[in-house]
Parts: sequence; C-alpha cells; structure tokens
Amino acid sequence: MSSPATTTTASPADSAPVVRPRPRRIIELFLLLLALCIGVGANILVDPDQLREDPRHIVLSGAVLAGGALLVHVVLWIRARYADPYLLPIAVALNGLGLAMIHRIDLSTGQSAANTQVVWTAVAMVTCCVVLWFLKDHRRLRNVTYIMLLLSALLLLLPMVPGLGVEINGARLWISVAGRTFQPGEIAKITLAIFFAGYLSTNRDLILLAGRKIGPVRLPRFRDVAPMLAAWVIAIGVLVLQKDMGTAIMFFGLFLAMIYLATGRLGWIVLGVALMAVGGFAASKVFSHVSLRLDAWLDAFDPEVYNRSPGGSAQIVQGLFGLASGGLFGKGLGQGRPDLVSYSNSDMIITAFGEELGLIGLGAILVLFLLFATRGLRAALGTRDAFGKLLAAGLSALMVLQLLVVIGGVTRLLPLTGLTTPFMSAGGSSLLSNWIIVAVLLAISHSARRPVVTGPATDEDLASVERRRRAREQQRDVADPSARDTGGAPSEARTEPTRSAALSSSAGAHAGADDTAEAGSATEVMSRLADRSGSPAQSRRGDAKREATGSPHAGTGTKKKNAPVQDDDQQEGGTP
Amino acid sequence: MSELTVTLLRYGFLALLWVFIAAVVYSQARDLTVSGRARTAARAGSARAAESPRQERRAPEPAPEPRTSAPTTGGTRHRPQQLVVVEGPLAGSSYQLGSAPVMLGRSPEATVPLEDDYASGRHARLFPQGSRWFLEDLGSTNGTFLRDQKISRAAAVDPGVQFRVGRTVMELRP
Repeated sequence: MSSPATTTTASPADSAPVVRPRPRRIIELFLLLLALCIGVGANILVDPDQLREDPRHIVLSGAVLAGGALLVHVVLWIRARYADPYLLPIAVALNGLGLAMIHRIDLSTGQSAANTQVVWTAVAMVTCCVVLWFLKDHRRLRNVTYIMLLLSALLLLLPMVPGLGVEINGARLWISVAGRTFQPGEIAKITLAIFFAGYLSTNRDLILLAGRKIGPVRLPRFRDVAPMLAAWVIAIGVLVLQKDMGTAIMFFGLFLAMIYLATGRLGWIVLGVALMAVGGFAASKVFSHVSLRLDAWLDAFDPEVYNRSPGGSAQIVQGLFGLASGGLFGKGLGQGRPDLVSYSNSDMIITAFGEELGLIGLGAILVLFLLFATRGLRAALGTRDAFGKLLAAGLSALMVLQLLVVIGGVTRLLPLTGLTTPFMSAGGSSLLSNWIIVAVLLAISHSARRPVVTGPATDEDLASVERRRRAREQQRDVADPSARDTGGAPSEARTEPTRSAALSSSAGAHAGADDTAEAGSATEVMSRLADRSGSPAQSRRGDAKREATGSPHAGTGTKKKNAPVQDDDQQEGGTP
Repeated sequence: MSELTVTLLRYGFLALLWVFIAAVVYSQARDLTVSGRARTAARAGSARAAESPRQERRAPEPAPEPRTSAPTTGGTRHRPQQLVVVEGPLAGSSYQLGSAPVMLGRSPEATVPLEDDYASGRHARLFPQGSRWFLEDLGSTNGTFLRDQKISRAAAVDPGVQFRVGRTVMELRP
C-alpha cells in the first residue's frame, strides 16, 4: 500500500504490439490431408490387391475417415476457430492406422472387427462434433462437478447390474445393449476427470492451506478431501470387484496426476506410488488372476508358465517375438503374422504395429501420441481458468497413463493388464471416449488461444446492466420493501438475490450455484489466515459459521454493515 | 506388383509417417518463434514505457478513437484523465483514461483488472459524459462505494473523490 506511485501510460505508441493469435485452421486442413493420406494409404497397403478385387472396405473406411475429419474441421471452423490445429490431424492419423491394422488382422483371421470399428469411428467423430457444438465454453462443465461424480459411479456400477452386464474373459466390464457390448468404464474416465478437475479447482486452497501440520507435511482436513477419496474408493473398489486391474491402475494414476497438478506437492505422488505398491502386493496375494499375471510377467519365458492354460505368458511372448521379427524397418504392412498373437487387434495392437512397421514405425506412433499429449498440456498452459487447466492436463495425463500401462504391458516393462491403445485398438467405447477427449481438449484450447476482448464496456454490457438493475429492484421490492431506502442493510434476504443475479447474468460468471456453498468455507480460510497475520477479517458468512460452531473467534466478527463477501465467481490464476 | 514397388511403398509409408510428424513439429516451431518474437518486442516496449513489466501488462487498451455513440454534451476537455489506485492490492498504479467507458473488476476481460478477492468479475463501470465521469455498479456482490456511500445508480465522480471497489480504493485525477 505504501509503494511509490508508478505511472503507467497506455498510449498507443508505448503499448506493446498486440499479437493477434491466428486461427490456424488452414494448417489444420493441410495436416488433415496428410493424416488422411496416412490412414487411407495404410488401409490400401495392408492388401494392395484388394484395391482391384473388392475395394469396399477401403472406400468405406476412407470415406468415414475423410468425412468425419472434415466434419470436425468444419465444426471447428464455425464453433471454435482458435482451437489447436494439431490435435485433430494426429487423432485422425492414429485412428486411420488403427482401422488399417484391424482390417489387416481381419484378413488373416476371418473376423469382421474392422466393419464394426468403421461404424464406431463414424459414431465417435459425430459425437466429437456434437460435443464441440454444444460445449462452447468448457467452464460450463464445472457446474456439474458432483453430477459427474454420480455419473461415474453409475457408469462403473452398470456392468454389475444382472441382466445388463456381461462377463468377457473373466472381467465384468461390459454391458450388452441390443446385442452390442459397451464398456461404460471408458466414459467414466472422462466424467471422473471432470469431477477431479472441478473439485480440485475450487477446493485447492483448502486442501493446501487448511489442516494440521505434522513436521514438514501439512495434512489436509478429512472433509476437504473426502469427496476425492469417495471417488477414488468407488473407482478402485468397483474395478477390483470387476477384476480389471488395468483400468484400476489408470484411474488411480489419474487421481494422483490431478492432485499433483492441483497442489504441486510431490508428496502425493510418493504416497500414491507407495499405496499402489502395497495394493499391488496385497492384490497379488488375494486374487489368483493377479498373481498369474505377475508370474507371466516375471517368468515369461519359463515353458511351464508359457503353456499354462489360464494366465499363461504365451500372449506376451508371442507379442515380443512379433516385435523382434519386425526389427528396425518392419516386415511391411500386410507382410507379417500379427494374427499369431491372441487379441492382436485390441490389447496387443502395438505389437502388430511393431512387427509390420518396425521400430521406426512404432516410434512414429509413439511420437504422435507424445505430440498429442503435449498439445493437451499446451492447452492447459494457455487457458486462463484453473478448471480448464486441470481438465486439459488431466485428460492428457490420462492418455499417457493408458499408453504407459498398455505399452509397458506388451513390452514386458510392467505386468500385462488389458487396456486399449487409444484410437487404435478395436473397441467402440474406447474410440468414443477418446474422441470425446479430443473434443474437450479442442474446446479448452480454443478458449486458451482465443483473443481476449480488452475493450471498453459495450452496449450489450449496458443493456445487461440495465436489465439486471431492473430485476434487482423488483426483487428488492418483493423481498424487503423497507430496505430500499436504508441503503446497505445487512439482511440476507437482500443480499442473496443480488448475488445470484450477479452470478447468473455476469458474462464472466461460470461458477454457478455451487459457489454459494463454497464461499463459506473459502472465507473461513481467508479469515483464518487473516487472523493469523493479525488483521481482522470480517465476513458475514464466516461469522455465521463461527457463531454456529461457537469457536473462540466468535467475538472478533461483528455484524458490520456491508461486510465484504469473498467473491468466487472467477477462478483466475494458474495452477502451481 | 513388383518386388521393387512393394519395398518402395513399405519405406515410403514409414517416411510418410515421419513427414507428418515433421510437419506438425515444424509448424509448431514456427508458432513458437512468432510468440517468442512478440515476447521480446513486448519486453522492449515495456522497458521503454514503464518501470515494472507487471504494470505494463495491466495497462488497459485505450480506445483508438472516441466512440461515436457516447453522448458528449458538454466540454470534454476538463474531464479527469487519470485513474489512480490509492489503496488495495494494486495500490500506486494508475491508468490513463481515454474517452471510452472503463470496466473495473476481477475478470481478465475488465479494462482495469483488479487483483482483489473482494471485487466481482465485472464489478463497476466508469463512463464519460460531458466533462465528468460517472460510476455505475454492475450488480457486484460487495457493492461499489462513493464517499463511503453505496451507490445504487450511476453517480458522478469528481476528481479527488475516492471510490471503493472491493478493497481497492481509487480516485480520478485531472
């Protein structure tokens, strides 16, 4: 407050040149064409003779890829002009490669997974467009934080419903609707990420600042982390019951990644990895299928383990042989024998690529995933609200974690647990959820790169102010006619309508109704901090709380006229 | 198909994959250089204009020319030209006023973004009319105070008179 007055002139001559971000949709179109070349080219190369004899699949898959990609491109042009130009081409390229490889394995094994996958690609891309169209502002997702928690629990529990859920290969992860199977857990990973992002972006300060300090570690209060723990217990518990360790590891990793992103405390990671080790050890003792997996991982080349009927290591070892026979340049698309590996078109698709494209091709695929994740993180860095940051970074982390689990599994770095390779593996629900992730990341990157309007208040502002004032005066008359003349009478009836009116009509307000509930706890932290530093902080809500709990601070807060209420409708600033 | 074509296609496809990656990385690199150049330019500009780069960043964009719709009934020459923050998190900084309305608030979209937890996103608005500036509350949570009186409608602000938005106290100077 006593700092010397620094005068900032903002005449046009002195102000820094304004760099207008370019939409860069043209670059996206160019890269999209390149990506389509890769996708369609791969589909042709797996069996070049097919082009002459029966080009139905090539035409169909090419049309779906190109049509879907251009549809998303057009939607981006209309609804999110400043979205990241790289996410879509990378996703299209990976999806095209996946379609080609599934088709290629179909040719050897006589399945028809590729047709289903083409249909799912179309559905997923249209869903991506729908999400982009309706999700103009990703911050609206923050309003449904707790609904997302509920939805996650529902989705994860769906396969347990008798009659609806089906058990495939010992894991009860699928639901069967009209003859088609669907894996609701794939959608649950997005809803859980949204919940974590929403919860952590509003309660980050509480988790960081409130709570008892033991040594160098400050433990958060239980009630601040309880919803997080509930989400975690639901996710892990359900998944252990459904016998799918891969998804459990992925959800646990997501939980750790998000809490680390929000708090910046390495301690969470250390704690989480320790818990994971303990949990893994316990699971290997309790569940037979986990210990079988561990055996197959550690002693994969032991003939006894290799030939064991359930849980043998034949799949892993065949995959490794495939990778080895691929070598540096690979056998060439359509020239290898990836069909020798079981589940080569879903869990083990990476080994199929390793065999036919070699280390160089597999490296390219991994670099594409890396670029995808970095663009997601770039969107997280660029966006201005904490929720968007957490969500974009969390979704990127999710994709990287999934890749780590699945590729680590097939290369014998980790025990193999069945997970899909994003965009590539046969499986509609996985494809759908990954395209939804693309849509959310695109929406966030649009808000990150969009130029901010810094101009003066516009006529629309004026009109909305006028409207709001009229509404407020009406409300005031209804609520408390006498308060009209007394000015700022501290009556709750008068304050609440004002607050809600401000929240609902202010253009920057995106927090919605949940803030009204949060403001109490947030002000409590503020006043606690202020009490510590010696300056009195008066807040009506804090007072109400203190009076209710009868804490020793009750006397410090007097009902002061127009005591400030901390305004939470903007969550600006970055994650640490 | 001949052996040669197959081999060429096989290596060609791998090349295509990496060409795609190179295209993505190359266009990203161009993206980064553009913003890098802009940053250096901004730094040079701020070194010229102000002592503190933080304040430079906060400087509001002045409207390039007076808005034609703004009613200018009286003489505009004697209108105060400067908005000074007297008290609050941004105490000491000042902003040049043009002839366009100014939005005060915590939102980054505000003309004067206040780092004040007790201010609303769009808290209040200052607009010129004739030779005076008028202050108007935009439905803020904590209200806007002129001479310690909560304002309920637009009120004229004379130079030297303090007004409060959240915990930030400001005044106009000629």
